[in-house]
Parts: sequence; C-alpha cells; structure tokens
Amino acid sequence: MSLYGTDLLALLPELIVVLTACVVIALDPVTPASRRDLLAWLSVGALALCLGLTGWQISVENVRVSAFSDLVAIDAYARFWKVLLYSVTGVTIVLSLPYLKAERIHLGEYYGFILLALSGMLVMVSAVDLLTIYLGTELMSISLYVMTGLNRSKPRSLEASAKYFVLGAFSSGILLYGISLLYGLAGSTKLASIAGAIGTRGTEDPLVLIATILIAVGFSFKLAAVPFHMWTPDVYQGAPTSITAFLAVASKAASFAAFIRVFVEGLGGLKADWSILFLIISILTLVLGNVVAIVQTNIKRMLAYSSIVHAGYVLIGFVAAGRGDGASGGTPGLASVMMYLAIYSFMTLGAFAVIGMLRKGGMEGEEIEDFAGLAKRQPLAAFLMLVFMASLAGIPPTAGFIAKFYVFMAAVEAGLAWLAAVALIFAAVSAYYYMRVVMVMYMREPSSSSVAPPQLATSPALSFVLACAVAGVILFGLFPNPLVSFALQSVLTLK
Amino acid sequence: MTVPLSYYLVLSGIMFLTGVIGVLLRRNIIIILLSVELMLNATNINFVAFSQYFHNVAGQVFVFFTLTVAAAEVAVGLAIIIALYRAKSTINIDEFQMLKW
Repeated sequence: MSLYGTDLLALLPELIVVLTACVVIALDPVTPASRRDLLAWLSVGALALCLGLTGWQISVENVRVSAFSDLVAIDAYARFWKVLLYSVTGVTIVLSLPYLKAERIHLGEYYGFILLALSGMLVMVSAVDLLTIYLGTELMSISLYVMTGLNRSKPRSLEASAKYFVLGAFSSGILLYGISLLYGLAGSTKLASIAGAIGTRGTEDPLVLIATILIAVGFSFKLAAVPFHMWTPDVYQGAPTSITAFLAVASKAASFAAFIRVFVEGLGGLKADWSILFLIISILTLVLGNVVAIVQTNIKRMLAYSSIVHAGYVLIGFVAAGRGDGASGGTPGLASVMMYLAIYSFMTLGAFAVIGMLRKGGMEGEEIEDFAGLAKRQPLAAFLMLVFMASLAGIPPTAGFIAKFYVFMAAVEAGLAWLAAVALIFAAVSAYYYMRVVMVMYMREPSSSSVAPPQLATSPALSFVLACAVAGVILFGLFPNPLVSFALQSVLTLK
Repeated sequence: MTVPLSYYLVLSGIMFLTGVIGVLLRRNIIIILLSVELMLNATNINFVAFSQYFHNVAGQVFVFFTLTVAAAEVAVGLAIIIALYRAKSTINIDEFQMLKW
C-alpha cells in the first residue's frame, strides 16, 4: 500500500493546518517574546490560504471526494463546516492577541495548539468512518484540555482543565464502547456498512439500541446537552476567555457536525428511535439551561448556560429532521441546524471578544456587575455587547432571530408545532438574562467610585474583526438568503 | 476448543461497568484516571473479540489507535494533575470547589 497523490491533494487544507501548527511550535523557542505576534499572523495567514482553497473547491466543483480508502469524504457538507471553522479559528486568534498580552500568558505554543485542535475538528467534519471520527474528536479534545489549563498561575484555570479532562476522557470512553458495539454489528467501522447492517438486522435488536444510546451519551457530553452538561459552566468560567470562546463555538460546531453525520449517515435507519431520545434531551436542555442561567452573576458562566440552551435549540432542528416525512425529508431541519450554528458562532465569539477586552485594574472584569455604567465610559463596546446580546436572545432584526425562525419553522413543518411553541416560551425567558446585561450597562451606575474604572485591552485587528461580526449579525438578520442557500446546498440527505 | 464470543462480551461489559462505577464513585483523581483506562481496555477486548469473530483486521487496527490515543491522553492528564497538585497540594476532587454554582 502506498499513499496516493490524489488522497493527499484532497486533504491539502488539513495538511497545511497541521504543517503550520508544527512550524509554529518549532519556531516558538527561537522567537523573541517581542515578535511572537508574527506566529499569530502566520497562523492567520495559513487559515486564510485554507479558506481560499476550500472556497475555490466550492465554487469549481462541489462534489464528494473520498480519500484514504473511504476513511474521509470531502463533500459539500464537510466544506460548509470547514469554511465556518477556518473563519472562527481566525477570529479566535485575532481576539486572543490583546487578551493574552493583558493576561501575561502570551505563549507561542498557544497558536500551535489552536491549529492542532482545528485539524482535529477538520477531520471530524469530513470523517465517514468511526475510526477517523474518534481520532479527530480526541485530537481536538486533548488540545483543548491543555489550552484550558494554559493559565498555570491561576488555580482556577487548572481546576477547570482537570474537570474538563476527567469528564472528557470519561465521555470518550463511553463513545468508544458504543463504537466497538457497532463494529460488532457490522464487522466494519464505516458509516455506510453500519447503515447496511442496521438495515438487515432491524431496529429491534437490543445491541443496536445499546450502541446507539452509548454513542448518543458520548456525543451529548461533547455537545453539552442536559443531563451531560455539568462540566460546561466550570470549564467555561475557569478557562482563559479566548479559549472559552473557542470551546463554545468551534468545538461545539465540529461536535455537532460529526454527531449529525454519524446519526444521519450511519444510524439513519433508527431515526424514529433517536428522534424521540433527542426530543427529550432538547426539552431538558432548554428548561434547565434557561432556569439556571437566570441566577448567574458571572458573565462567562451565564454564557456557558446560554451555550447549553443554544445546543437545545439546535437539537430541536435535528429532531425535526428526524421526524420530517414526505418529499423534503430532513432537509429543512438539517439546513436550519447548520444555519443556527453558523450564526451562533459569530454572535457568541463577538460577546466573548467584548468580555475579553474588558479590564478592571489589571484583572479580568467578568462579573456582570463589572459592566455597570459601561455605556458611559465605553459607548462603542457597550453598543457591540448590546447587539450581540440582542442577537443571542433572538430579537429581530438580528441574525439570531433568523436562526431561531428557521429552526422553529422546520419543527412546525415536521408536525412538532407544540415543540416550537415550548421553545418560543423559553426564548422569551432567555431574553430576561441577556437583557439584564444590557440593563446593567446602560441603566446602572458603578457601585463605588473607589474601584478602578474598566479599561479595554484591544488592538486595531480586533476592532476590525468586531466590526465585521456586528455587520454580519445585522446583515444576515436583514438579508439571510445567501446563508440559507449555502446551507441548503451543503445539507446531507437523510434517507 | 475455542472460547465463544459471548464470554468476551460479558468480560468486557463487566470491565466497562467497573470503570464507569469507578469514575462516578472514587474521589482520587488518579484512581479516576485508572478507571477511565479500564473503560478503554474493555473496548479493546470488544474490538479484538469481534475482529477474531469476523476474521477481519479492522478491529485490531482500531485497538492500536485506541492504545495510542489513551497514552497521549494519560500524558496530558498526568501533566494537568501534577500542575494542579503543585497549586493546591491535593488530588481529591471534592476539594476542587472554586468553580461551583
């Protein structure tokens, strides 16, 4: 057996990312501290190159290319997620720069680890074999464990890292056991063979159901869906803010991409069973996430519960795809899921970017109270936060409204109007805790004058990225059509 | 005489459950790490048993990857535990309570 040029060519963007990661880690020891910015810009440049390559593939011929004897398949679905992941990672690196300097943890290997985690995610979104899905998940997770504990001088960061590691390894073990049972059913770990084996063995086989439940549990940990969400608030609060943003956005998007591919391409024959399972999980997620988010006083923790709640909305779209019958099948549901995650990514990144910028006397100001009177001191930052919070709450004309609208429409089309109504009620509940942040920023005076006023740690590049995020959040709210058609042409077919 | 497949599955099931119970009940983070290893090794037994049963090597190949990933995971995990022990002088997870709602 030899490696074929065509296989390597199909994975060219992934190879560029891995190679850049290695170059960054190798260059780090010989780069003087004053020039570490160059490593960040090198990474951003590599990401821009990959984005260009994938964009070119989409515009020229957006067909399915299998590589390495069907271990990975680069199709329209994978390219959608790749475009999203490159952009999100690039934004994360740009927003990390001023944050890491202000926190005094500006280390070169940070960028190497971000790129390694990204390469794991890229494998996850294009993998069509449980082996590659597992390897991609682990490459992403192990890099993220390290990055969560990056701030070694803070015990809180280490504690978050340890909690993330223990629960992440535990969930990987559960996922892997499910994978081994599926291998026992099909005699192969390829999703296509597993779909065939389930077709012949029928859906009543207890082994099939046990394997499905184990895999669902394993993925629910990664997606942070209730009741497997306990690690999320602790890890999001303890990790450095730029890593929290990366965790909340990129790792969630990649996990959903792999999760959808496993359940649609591999376990599509069981959709009647898993759609009921995820229906229950999505309702639990909405109820618990929203109720607990109301009582939070730390904004990173509040956004952690918000990210749990958003996973619940995404699962509603996924359940609608599983329940959808007739000619359109699961297409509206899956397209709504992809759009939701794309829009969620940018508004969440924007919110974390503003939080990371806010400094209070050399420390990070991450209590909601620290935002008091921000509108007077930093009107622009306060306005950005207002837009992102309104979008997270789903208030028109922001993109967050469009995202929720398509998910709810998909649920109604699949005959789940009651579910859409329940989700709508919880969307109204969530507006309370998002608007509380806005209220604190605009209506309240800082509690005491002795505390140093909040300052901003920013850079011109960060301002540019934030301007793009705000423009995107508003423009996609007003003109969603390009995103809708991009999602529709990239969607997987659910048989 | 060959050992039937079901024996392997029962063994791996018992090992996996032991690992799960260990993670949920034990409070020492090293023991939790060992329990996770037990879960991963239970899956390895499954893979090898099924590989023998189907007469294909895909399962054995999977075991090699699992072992490699488990080694990488332990390396990172122990590094995190050492850093945490230096900061807090304990490895009992009940005492890691800075982050709680």
